[in-house]
Amino acid sequence: MIVQRREAWTGRVFLVLLMVATIVPFVSLFVTALHQSGTYPAGLEWPSKPHWENFLTAFTAAHMGELLGSSVLIVLGVVPVSLLLATMAGFAVGHLKMAGRRPVFLMFVLGLTLPYESIITPLYYQIRDMGLLNTRWAIILPLIGLFMPFGVFWMRAHFVTMPGDVSEAAQIDGANTWQQFWRIHVPLAMPAISSLAILLFLWTWNQFLLAIVLVDDPTQRTMAGALGAFQGQWGTDIPLLCAGSLLVLTPTYVIFLIFQRRFVSALLQGSLKG
Amino acid sequence: MTGATLTPSTERAGVRPGAAKATRRAPRRGQRWIAWLFAAPAIAAYALFVLAPMVRTVQYSFYQWDGIGPSPWVGFGNYVRVFTDPELSGTIVHAFELIVFFSGIPVLLGLAIAATIRRIATSRLAAVARAVLFIPQVIPLVAAGIAWSWLLSSDGLVNQLLSAIGLKGVTRAWLGDLGTALPSVGVIGAWVLLGLCTLLLLSGMSKIDPALYEAARLDGAGPLREFFSITLPNLRQEIGVCVTVTVIAALASFDIIYIATQGGPGNTTMVPGLEIYYRAFVERQVGVASALAVVLVVLVLVCVLPIQRLTREES
Repeated sequence: MIVQRREAWTGRVFLVLLMVATIVPFVSLFVTALHQSGTYPAGLEWPSKPHWENFLTAFTAAHMGELLGSSVLIVLGVVPVSLLLATMAGFAVGHLKMAGRRPVFLMFVLGLTLPYESIITPLYYQIRDMGLLNTRWAIILPLIGLFMPFGVFWMRAHFVTMPGDVSEAAQIDGANTWQQFWRIHVPLAMPAISSLAILLFLWTWNQFLLAIVLVDDPTQRTMAGALGAFQGQWGTDIPLLCAGSLLVLTPTYVIFLIFQRRFVSALLQGSLKG
Repeated sequence: MTGATLTPSTERAGVRPGAAKATRRAPRRGQRWIAWLFAAPAIAAYALFVLAPMVRTVQYSFYQWDGIGPSPWVGFGNYVRVFTDPELSGTIVHAFELIVFFSGIPVLLGLAIAATIRRIATSRLAAVARAVLFIPQVIPLVAAGIAWSWLLSSDGLVNQLLSAIGLKGVTRAWLGDLGTALPSVGVIGAWVLLGLCTLLLLSGMSKIDPALYEAARLDGAGPLREFFSITLPNLRQEIGVCVTVTVIAALASFDIIYIATQGGPGNTTMVPGLEIYYRAFVERQVGVASALAVVLVVLVLVCVLPIQRLTREES
């Protein structure tokens, strides 16, 4: 009994240490962001007079309002379409047992491991030839394709567990495949679809490589891509850069806190599947 | 894992209601066509924006091309350069060194931490921990890179702490020092991935039958024995996932390094992803960049496929 109590305590101590280590970089960012703009503050040191206006300055200097709008547009372009395509394909591979599903599925699974850097060069020329460079489409369209391996993998995993009886009952009532899909399978798949939506939102919002290569104008990029440009521009003004970084990471973290339960299970399952 | 196999009962889903028993085969063929229609948009998007570029990468890798002018065929010349030019082959070496940090630290430390906190996995503290430990997973890696660049700078917190405990002699600009830049970048990666690995391993441990632990305790096993005899063998799959995810993160790292060091000082932190970016878009050596890109894909597959096989076979 005594041994167990000691173990529980070491567990708590470990957990707290881990949390401290996770938070410290952000505490440092926050404290630094409150210093006089243009100075080099030393490590963790609370400023004599906190400059809260740095957040406002960074907000306007980085065109944060526009950035938020741009990121939302990109997410709205990527996520619903990806969900629809992945759900339909997952349904075909996992439930309709389409002919030749094995090679098709294997082709998608191989895409799970593909580093984005390995296709970014031809993607650049392809997007240029399509006349889409420097538009949000340059991020939206490739991301839909790049999300298909995971999306199809995820939705197939849901649909293979659906018993065939469900469709058979609908067939007896005269529903064709399209109707079965929309009236029965999509509603039943909502938990899987919404978890996938969370992951795709996150990966879109935080996408960096496609944003910096395919879009020059930071206000047409994702939040992460714009932060890269902001760093190039304000890299020497440490307090302002820190304030800007905090502003950029806040939206995703707030959304994470609101939907925490879903996020945690989606992230854990997501890595288990991927 | 929901890797359920096909069962005969679900195969029947393909039968249409109007089909007479005698002509069962025909409608099923129709159904198969419909299935392809459902899959077609996803296949098209994937083919257009992933498969086609991948084929073009392979194609580019055999030419010497500056992105604009003529492109002479050079055969495997670009590949020879990838392995003989120390600047290019060095990136691959760096990627493997990063695996030690990105993969080794999060998995080993994550195992130790998860095993220690297993007993309190359901307490309120654990709920708070989830909200905190997922921070690196939900924020842009770029933001993590900026936070750490500042932390590791010459005026940063790390040096401040070192000075405070009397180690002023070892303080330096960690990311700007030839000897410490790569390990420092590695530490950032370890920090990013540690929380995810810990929580993943914890959730795996929570699925282990508690009776096993009780039995071990009754037999007089200590925490160490318990860990090696019960926890570790039952976590095969989760460990496999952690290793897979972190190895890919190490080999394909880009965001953190782009922000923290841009490959410098010298080329000490240059990794394949960043090198591809520079060669293709700054130095206009599309052929060399593409050869490195193909090598990177092969490296990821060579590293990841055996891990998958090893951890799935006995489950």
